[in-house]
Order: sequence, then structure tokens, then C-alpha cells
Amino acid sequence: MTGLGATTPLGGDVASTWEALVAGRSGVHLLEQEWARELPCRIAAELAVEPSEVLPRVRLRRLDRSEQIALVAAQQAWDDAGLNDDLEKERLGVVFGSGIGGALTLLAQDDILEESGPRKVSPFTVPMLMPNGPAAVVGLEFHAKAGVHAPTSACATSAEAISWAADMIRVGRADVVIAGGAEAVIGGLPMAGFSSMKAMSTRNDDPAHASRPWDRDRDGFVMGEGAGALVLERRDHAEARGAKIYAVVAGSGLTSDGYDIVQPDPECNGGGRAMAAAIKQAGIDPKEIGHVNAHATSTPVGDMAEVKGIKREVGDHVVLTATKSMTGHLLGGAGAVESIAAILAIVEGVIPPTINLENPDPALDLDVAANEARKVELNAALNTAFGFGGHNAALLFTKA
Amino acid sequence: MALSRDEIREGLSDILEEVAGVNPDDVADGKSFTDDLDVDSLAMVEVVVAAEEKFGVKIPDDEVANLKTVGDAVSYIEKG
Repeated sequence: MTGLGATTPLGGDVASTWEALVAGRSGVHLLEQEWARELPCRIAAELAVEPSEVLPRVRLRRLDRSEQIALVAAQQAWDDAGLNDDLEKERLGVVFGSGIGGALTLLAQDDILEESGPRKVSPFTVPMLMPNGPAAVVGLEFHAKAGVHAPTSACATSAEAISWAADMIRVGRADVVIAGGAEAVIGGLPMAGFSSMKAMSTRNDDPAHASRPWDRDRDGFVMGEGAGALVLERRDHAEARGAKIYAVVAGSGLTSDGYDIVQPDPECNGGGRAMAAAIKQAGIDPKEIGHVNAHATSTPVGDMAEVKGIKREVGDHVVLTATKSMTGHLLGGAGAVESIAAILAIVEGVIPPTINLENPDPALDLDVAANEARKVELNAALNTAFGFGGHNAALLFTKA
Repeated sequence: MALSRDEIREGLSDILEEVAGVNPDDVADGKSFTDDLDVDSLAMVEVVVAAEEKFGVKIPDDEVANLKTVGDAVSYIEKG
């Protein structure tokens, strides 16, 4: 892992996002837009820095918002890794996902179709709404020719992307892979859909305290938007060019529940098997894992099921945290941004807090970095991500 | 009152800048959309739709292929 990039509700880059995470700042606000007025959930975590502040105007109009932020995060990761055009492009891959894709483009162009007819529909509609759009845009930007792939597994998407990226390098298909995910669907229809499932918090009168994983009074997730990108690189390739190495993707596990389309398995069997697979691949003793950056979305069932899985597969010695307490749920961007948080926890020796954990759920029997950042020396940290459809991903990072 | 060639070119230049980021200083009758101004086929679709709206003309799809330069487009719009 040689480069990191992100644009999130907490900051326009990795440094500002990390600073806000450690400080325990919430990125959740009341939505003032007209379209939000009738929604049961009128809160969300919008980007701290608009892509229009970073990308040129004509570029913006041809890209869906998810593609714009994928590009912003990938460019940062590329620059952070110190990569340039000398890289052999046939050895450069991209694995970049989105949970929902260009839904807002689809809706906006459908409005144009209804109001003005087919001729007014943008010729960029299809490349903007296709779910492989963020991967394709990133691949094109850096001229990646080893393969551009776009996993879509809802909220597990970008964790799955990192796993596939590591596999691409392990099997020898690429030397360098840009991996990550992006999501930008804060809009009427996606939010109404999640609300109809009763999956979202309705704490509209208190946005900053709405996302409260593991708290007794949690009432659903808060939607966020954002992107995370990581440069994975074969170790000898990174060493040969003297790149700084943040951490190592020591193991990854991908499993599926075979249980329900949206309900998490209450015993976290599938999630647990993903954790076990990551640990097995890394070949380390679970006791060496000091920290889990948990999926913990602030929903009543999912949060506690995951705790069972972690306790069973990793042990009761770990310190947990839930990044979503501050960023909201970045859906397809979550796994990448939370992996960055887990990696920086190892590098900096600091676990960011889980904010709003005022009255822990009585069933929470693991240690959480509640409300204040925790200084801990870490050799290994796990990130978990689970998605609608029963997709489970676990990534195990170890000290470089 | 019909627009002059200069007025049409200026209107076209505004469209090119808006949808394709073309520098207005580069817009001249002899410039090719694809070779000189970097307006690819998808961007050209946007230019045509915007030009139809702005100038109140119809530019059928099979006509677009003949509009290779800015001058071609100005002449077509001038004829109305």
C-alpha cells in the first residue's frame, strides 16, 4: 500500500479527513434542499469539498458525481504514491466500485426525457450512469491496461475492490493497482428507498448525533457520500523505486451469507468466515490484531451481529471503532475510506473514536474507542464491510 | 432579422465553450471540430442540440457528418 486518497464528508483529502476523524467531528447535517422536505430522513453527510472546487467545469459536466469523486480520490492516491508516466501501463490495473452507480444522472436525464424529449438527453448519459463508470474513468485517467474491474456488492463494494486488487498482484496480473470505491446518491429517490426499508435514522432534529453505532438509542444509518482510493503495489516494485509503504494487505476474505437479501445473519456467520479467511491468508495469530474498524452502520440488528462475529473469530482483546459515526454510511465508498482509517491507525498509532456512544447497547461486550481517540501501538488491524445481498469482506492490514 | 455570419460564429463559440471547453479565441471558419478543436462525436451531439435551440434551426443527424468545420456550421445555420 503506497498511496492513499479520499474525499469525504469530513475533508477533501486524506489529511483533513483523518484530522477530523481523530478529533471526533460529525459530518452529518440537515438537508436544506427542496427535494428533502417530505422525506422521513432529512439528514445526510455531504462532501466537505465539492468536486467543482477541484475539477475543471467541462470535465464535471461529462461525469456523474460518483465518477468525479472517484477521480479526485484516485488522483490523490496516485500523487501520494509518487507514481508518474514512467510506470508500465500494461502492468497497471484498476479495481474501483460503486454500490449504486449513477442513479442521480439516470433520474436527471429521465426528467429531461419526460420534459423535453429524447433528443435533449445527454450523449454522456450512459457512460455517466453505468456502474463501472468510476472504474472506467479512473482507468482512462491513468491509462491502465492490465484490466479495469468494477465490483458491485452494495456496501461491501470497495472493500471487495481492495481484495480483488490484492489478488491481481498476487497472481501476477499487475504490479500496481488503484483500488477503491465511490458513492454519491444523496437524493430523493435513493433516500426514500432506504427510508421505506426503515433502514435510515429519522433523528432529523439532531443530525450530528444520528449516526450512533452500538448505542442503545441507534435508529438506523445516515447516508453519506464520498470516495476512497488506495494504491496497492507489489512489494519489490515499491521497494525498487523507494516508495514509502503505509501497510501491507496481509490477507483478505470474501464470503456470502446465503441468508437474506437485506437482513444480516444475526450470528454473523458469513461475516465471521470472511474474517477467518483474511486471518488465515495472513498466517497470523488473531491475538496480533489489535483493532477492528467495524462495518457498524448504526442499525439495530447489524451492529450487534457483527460484534458476535468479531468476538468469535478475532477475540475479545480488540479495540473497535465505527468510522460511520462521523462520516455516515458511504455505501460503495465505505470499505475504502474505512480501510484508509484502519491503515492510518496502524501508521499513527491512534484509533479514531466512535462518537455518540453515550449508552452502549447492553450486549456490547467488546472494547470500543468510545467518544475519544485511543493511542495504541498496532501491528495489525482488520476492516470489515458487509453489503445488501449478503456480501461480506474482511481485509487484514499489517505494519509495513 | 437574420443573423450575420459573425453573430452566428459568436453564438457557436459560446456553445463550444460551454459544452466542450473550447477557447473562443480558437474558433474560426477554417477550424475542424474534431482535428483542431478536440470536439469528439459525443460532444458534437451536444453542440448540435444546443445550436438548434439557440438558432431555431433543425440540423438532421445525416447533415451533421457534413459539418466538418466551424465555417460549414455557420453556413448551414445562415441558410436556416
